[in-house]
Amino acid sequence: MIGRPDGNEAAAKLAPIASPPLPAPADKLPTAKLKLPAGFNVEVYASGIANTRSLRVGDKGTVFVGTRFGNKVTAIVKKDGKTEIKTVAEGLYRPNGLALHKGTLYIAELSQVSKIENIEDVLDKPPKPTVIYTDLPKDEAHGWKFIAVGPDGKLYVPVGQPGNNVLHSPAHGQIRRINLDGTGAEVIAKGVRNTVGFDWNPVNKQLYFSDNGRDWLSEDSPQDELNRVTKVGEHFGEPYCHQGNMLDPEFGWGRSCREFTPPIALTGPHSAGLGLRFYTGTMFPKKYKNAIFLARRGSWNRTNKFGGDVVAIFLNKDGTVKSIEPFITGFIENNNYIGRPVDVELMADGSLLVSDDFNGAIYRVTYGKARVAGR
Amino acid sequence: MRGIASAVLLLCALDRPLLADTFAERVAPCLACHGEKGYSEHPAVPSLGGQPAPYLLIQLYLFRENQRSSLYRRDDQMIQVMTEMTKGFSDDDLRTFSDFLARLPPPPTPPTPPDAPELARMQSGRALITQHRCNSCHNLDLSGRENVPRISNQREDFLAKTLREYRDNIRHGYDGVMASVLAPVSDAEIADLAYYIARFR
Repeated sequence: MIGRPDGNEAAAKLAPIASPPLPAPADKLPTAKLKLPAGFNVEVYASGIANTRSLRVGDKGTVFVGTRFGNKVTAIVKKDGKTEIKTVAEGLYRPNGLALHKGTLYIAELSQVSKIENIEDVLDKPPKPTVIYTDLPKDEAHGWKFIAVGPDGKLYVPVGQPGNNVLHSPAHGQIRRINLDGTGAEVIAKGVRNTVGFDWNPVNKQLYFSDNGRDWLSEDSPQDELNRVTKVGEHFGEPYCHQGNMLDPEFGWGRSCREFTPPIALTGPHSAGLGLRFYTGTMFPKKYKNAIFLARRGSWNRTNKFGGDVVAIFLNKDGTVKSIEPFITGFIENNNYIGRPVDVELMADGSLLVSDDFNGAIYRVTYGKARVAGR
Repeated sequence: MRGIASAVLLLCALDRPLLADTFAERVAPCLACHGEKGYSEHPAVPSLGGQPAPYLLIQLYLFRENQRSSLYRRDDQMIQVMTEMTKGFSDDDLRTFSDFLARLPPPPTPPTPPDAPELARMQSGRALITQHRCNSCHNLDLSGRENVPRISNQREDFLAKTLREYRDNIRHGYDGVMASVLAPVSDAEIADLAYYIARFR
């Protein structure tokens, strides 16, 4: 609670902002207000799906959507110019995390992971998900998950720190990987506060993950992090050291930031960098090849909103960060959100999907004349 | 006394008309339990008066989706009473009900005498509010706003139960904020917080 102001009007501006539980009507979506670099277009891909969070695209083009507040995993199927929205699993608890691997859909709820095999063949009558992993804490704080299958064929599952800033147990504050049958859990990154997005660099195969910095320390720091795992079991500092160079006023005593792996980039105070993907498509201009798209959901613990956009992160040959540029902006209007990007995902044609949990919508970004309105 | 109260609770929870047509008929069971004047007289049933509409909408949504628990004993069975009550509600129903309930007046502030509060517990509760910065989200007068509920003059038993459930990761909020805030708070402190907030002036 250090640094947190007493209750007053100023403090009220620093309180969490809730996304509406019900999706916005299609004619109220902010696409016309969004700004992208020259030559890019953005359109609504799907709307009317409550609290759209993690995105995955199947081999046959089905788009799968996870959610933090509802109980369903949704599939979007586009066929003959029509959009069908199907429920592939329901009665779940915080099914935020999704992964796809060899036709199998993996679903991460708050404290368990399950799967549905050959998901795109059973969209109309999917079987109940089969639970494969339950060795997870049940904490609500930072309990929702982002998951992905790595190039090693293992499923990566994060366990957030169970609170804003707490000296957590060794079972928290980490990314672990498990075999696809739920066996062989191994911690591969420690000192992780809350990552809600990661992907592997297609060049060096290293894992890059976003991590959200603590709140209630100050408006401008610490910043959120982009990290890279270069060896199994690395410690990234939380809750002792933030942003690679700032010791925590409560837990940093007697520690040094040199004990921990620093981030490879700082991505802004309270900016909530969540979903990220390396761009491996061919539709966008060459400079975006192997760049990272990062969705920043935007700040709450800050008087002037920060983030609420998608940025492009360009890397050097050695995998370090060269520069960060805005990619989609316009989600903040008069210091209020009109949308909040959560995850990004590539389609087979190289276009980029962006989920917006504030409006319950998914947008599609294309380049050049590739725009296919209304599809 | 407790037996009578449970019986009333049981009746009010069962009273959903099967063939309700008008809005007045549909909202009657809500008011029967939660109180038509904005305050509840039933143990562990929250007062809804003065709650912000966005907060009510979120709760109704979570109940409909079976994401927030509302376990009650009916006959020999435990049921998710609010999930049952909101079954079949459309998105528009959720909006209509939350807008209507948001217009109920806030629960009245309890008079000082004859219910003179214990000074020590009131002081302890006030100190805990400051320590945990409850009033930076719930407002200085604990009246709530937007997605944050009014807590002032809420039922003490409901407050204590809810605070315990948040701490123990049983009450599922919209996000993990309340679980995070309450993680270090003891049972005794929760009792004092509920005591103070229920008597807030």
